[in-house]
Amino acid sequence: MTQENAGPEKGELILRLRGVGKQFGAVTALEDIELDVHAGEVVALVGDNGAGKSTLVKVLAGVHQPTSGTIEYFGKQVLLDTPAAALEMGIATVFQDLALCENLDVVANLFLGHEISPWRMDEVQMEVRAWTLLQELAARIPSVREPIASLSGGQRQTVAIARSLLLDPHIIMLDEPTAALGVAQTAEVLNLIERVRDRGHGVILISHNMEDVRAVADRIVVLRLGKNNGVFTAETSHQELVSAITGASENSVSRRAARKLEEVGEDQ
Amino acid sequence: MTQNTQKSTPPPQLDRADARVRHDAGLAGALRGFVDQIRSGDLGMLPVVLGLLLISIVFSTLNPIFLAPNNLVNLLFDAAAVGLIALGVVCVLLLGEIDLSIGSMSGLASAMTGVLWVNSGVPLPITIIAVMLTGALVGLLFGFLRNKFEMPSFVATLAGLLALLGLQLYILGPTGSINMPFSSPLVRFGQILIMPAWVSYFVAIIPGALIVYGSMRTNQRRSAANLSSGGMSVAVAKAAILTVALIFAVFYLEQGRGVPWMFGVFVLFVVFLNYALTRTKWGRSMFAVGGNAEAARRSGINVQRIRLSAFVVCSTFAALGGVFAAARLASASQQAGTGDVNLNAIAAAVIGGTSLFGGRGSAWSALLGVLVIMAISNGLTLLNLSSSLRYMITGAVLAIAVIVDSLARRSRASHGRA
Ligand SMILES: Nc1ncnc2c1ncn2[C@@H]1O[C@H](COP(=O)(O)OP(=O)(O)OP(=O)(O)O)[C@@H](O)[C@H]1O
Ligand SMILES: [Mg+2]
Repeated sequence: MTQENAGPEKGELILRLRGVGKQFGAVTALEDIELDVHAGEVVALVGDNGAGKSTLVKVLAGVHQPTSGTIEYFGKQVLLDTPAAALEMGIATVFQDLALCENLDVVANLFLGHEISPWRMDEVQMEVRAWTLLQELAARIPSVREPIASLSGGQRQTVAIARSLLLDPHIIMLDEPTAALGVAQTAEVLNLIERVRDRGHGVILISHNMEDVRAVADRIVVLRLGKNNGVFTAETSHQELVSAITGASENSVSRRAARKLEEVGEDQ
Repeated sequence: MTQNTQKSTPPPQLDRADARVRHDAGLAGALRGFVDQIRSGDLGMLPVVLGLLLISIVFSTLNPIFLAPNNLVNLLFDAAAVGLIALGVVCVLLLGEIDLSIGSMSGLASAMTGVLWVNSGVPLPITIIAVMLTGALVGLLFGFLRNKFEMPSFVATLAGLLALLGLQLYILGPTGSINMPFSSPLVRFGQILIMPAWVSYFVAIIPGALIVYGSMRTNQRRSAANLSSGGMSVAVAKAAILTVALIFAVFYLEQGRGVPWMFGVFVLFVVFLNYALTRTKWGRSMFAVGGNAEAARRSGINVQRIRLSAFVVCSTFAALGGVFAAARLASASQQAGTGDVNLNAIAAAVIGGTSLFGGRGSAWSALLGVLVIMAISNGLTLLNLSSSLRYMITGAVLAIAVIVDSLARRSRASHGRA
C-alpha cells in the first residue's frame, strides 16, 4: 500500500517546468512559468490573490491541463493528464479547497482511491493507519468515524494534509495548508514540512504568511499576475519580497508602513 | 507515587484519546447514539419501518385478507421483479443521477425473453444472458452519453425510455403479446416455486449468526490493533431481534404457501450488492463520486468509469427484473414495463432511504422500499380500487418520500452530517 519510495538523492532535480502557460478562455492565469524543485528542498510559492499559485498547483496535480510548456519529472518529459496520473508518479497535493467528500468519514477520505485490499476493505488496518498519521500531525480529531461534514475547518485541513502523506510521495504540494490551523497545528505542519524535506522529498508550499514561509523555505518563488517575478531566499528582506509580490517598491504595504512611522513620529 | 499511577494506567486506545467525545458503550449507549442519529436527520431505515407498520394496520382493518399468509406470499412474488429494478436504481441514485428508462428496459427484456425463448427456441439460460447483456449495453450507452457529452442522465434516459419502448413494440410485432408455457421452469419460478420449509428457516437464522460472528471477529481484530471495541451486547441484541423477527415471518408465511424462491433470489442480489457497496473499493468510490465528484477525481478515482459502471448495473438489473416480470405474468406483452413500473422502482429506492441527491443510500433500501410500494398496491387492489386511484396514491407516496428525503437532508446539513 504505502510503497516505500526509495527516496531520490538529495539535491537531485525532481521537477522542472519550462514555459508553462494556462489559459482560461480569455483569462491568462499562467504565462511562461519556470520552476525547479529539487529533492530535499522546500520551495515557497508566493504572490497576491489571483496571482496563479493555485492554478499552477492544479496543473502539477493533473487537475488542469497546461495550454503550453513542458513538465519534466526526474529528467523525463511527462504528461499529467489526470489526478490519478500525478498521484501515481508521486505528486501529492493539499488543495486550497481541500477536496474532501463530506458524506464520507475521515478514514474513507484518507484512503479514498487507495483503499487497503480493494475487494474486502480492511477497515481496522485503515483506521489504525489513520490514527497514526493524524497523531503525527498533532491532530485534534474526536472520531475518525464521523463524516467530514461534522469537522471544523482546521480539522478538515489536517485530514487533507494527512491524506497527502499517505502514499509517501516524492513531491508534496501544500496550497495554504495552515490558513485555518491553530498555533500548535501550524507548528506541527511546519515541523512536518521539515521532516518531509529531510527525508529527501520535495515540498512546494503556498502561503500568504511570510513568517511561515521564511521559517521553512529554501527558496521563495514569486508569482505576479501569472508570471515569474523573481526567486528569493529566506534571507531576503521583507520589503524586497513585498515589492516583488506587489510589483512596485511604492505599494500599499510600504505606504501603510510609512504612515504608521509618521504617526509614531507625531506622537513623540 | 505519581510515577506509579502513571505506570499502572494502560496506554489509551488510539481512538479514545480525545476526552470530549462521549463514547457510547453497551445497549443503553447504542440506543442513545441511535436517538442522536435520528435527531440529526440521519433517518436510515426508520421511516420505512414505521411506514410498513402503518400500512399493515390501515389495510388489515379495512380488509383482513391483507394480512392473510397467502396474500403476503403473493405480495412477495410480486415484489421480486420491481425490487430488482429498484436495486439498480439505488446505484444511479447514489451518484446523484437518475435512470427513467428502467421500465422500458424491463419491458424490452420481457419482450426479448418471449421472442428469443418462446418464439425462436433459444435455450432459457442463453436467453437470459443475452437479455442481461442487452441491458448492460444500454447502460453503457447512457454512461457514454453522460460522460462524453455531459448529457444530463435525466434527458438521456428519458430519450431511452421512448427508444426502448419502441424497440419493445417492434420486436413483439403485430400480435403484441407472447404467452409462455405454464409448465416451463421460468413460469414455475415466477408463479409456484416455493423454498422448502427447512431452507427458509435455515436462511432465517443466517443473518443473526453472521452479525454475531462478524462483530466477534471485528472486536478481536480491533482490540488486537489497540482500537476500542464496542462489546458484544449490541450485536447480540440486534441479532436476537432480527432472528426472532425473521423466524416469525417465515413461520407466518409457512402457514400459507411459504417463501417464494423468486423472492429469495432477489434477496440474494440485495445481499450481494450490499457487500459490493459497503466493503469494496468500487462501492466506496460510488459514494465518493455521489458526494463530491471533483474531490473523488482529485483522489485519483476514475469518475467516468464509476458512472459507466452505475448505469450498466442499473440497466442490467432492470433487464433481469423484466425477465422476472415476464415469469410472474407468464407472458411478454406491449404493456410490460409501462404504466407505474418506472415510478414504483424509483419510489421504492427513495422510500427505502436512498437519497435523490446522491452519496447516501444502501442496497437494503430497495428491499424495504419495494415491500412498502407493493403493500400499498396490493392493499388498494384488495379494496377493489381502480388503477386510477392506485396511481394517484402511489404518486402521493413518492412525493411524501421525496419530502422526507429533502427535510432529512436539510436537517443533516444543519447538524453538520452532510
Ligand atoms: N477554473 C477557472 N476558470 C476561469 N478562471 C480561473 C479558473 N481558475 C482560476 N482562474 C483565474 O486564474 C487566476 C489565478 O487564480 P488562482 O486561483 O491560481 O490564484 P491564487 O494565486 O491561488 O490566488 P489566492 O491567493 O487567492 O488563492 C485568477 O484570475 C482566476 O480568476
Ligand atoms: Mg489559491
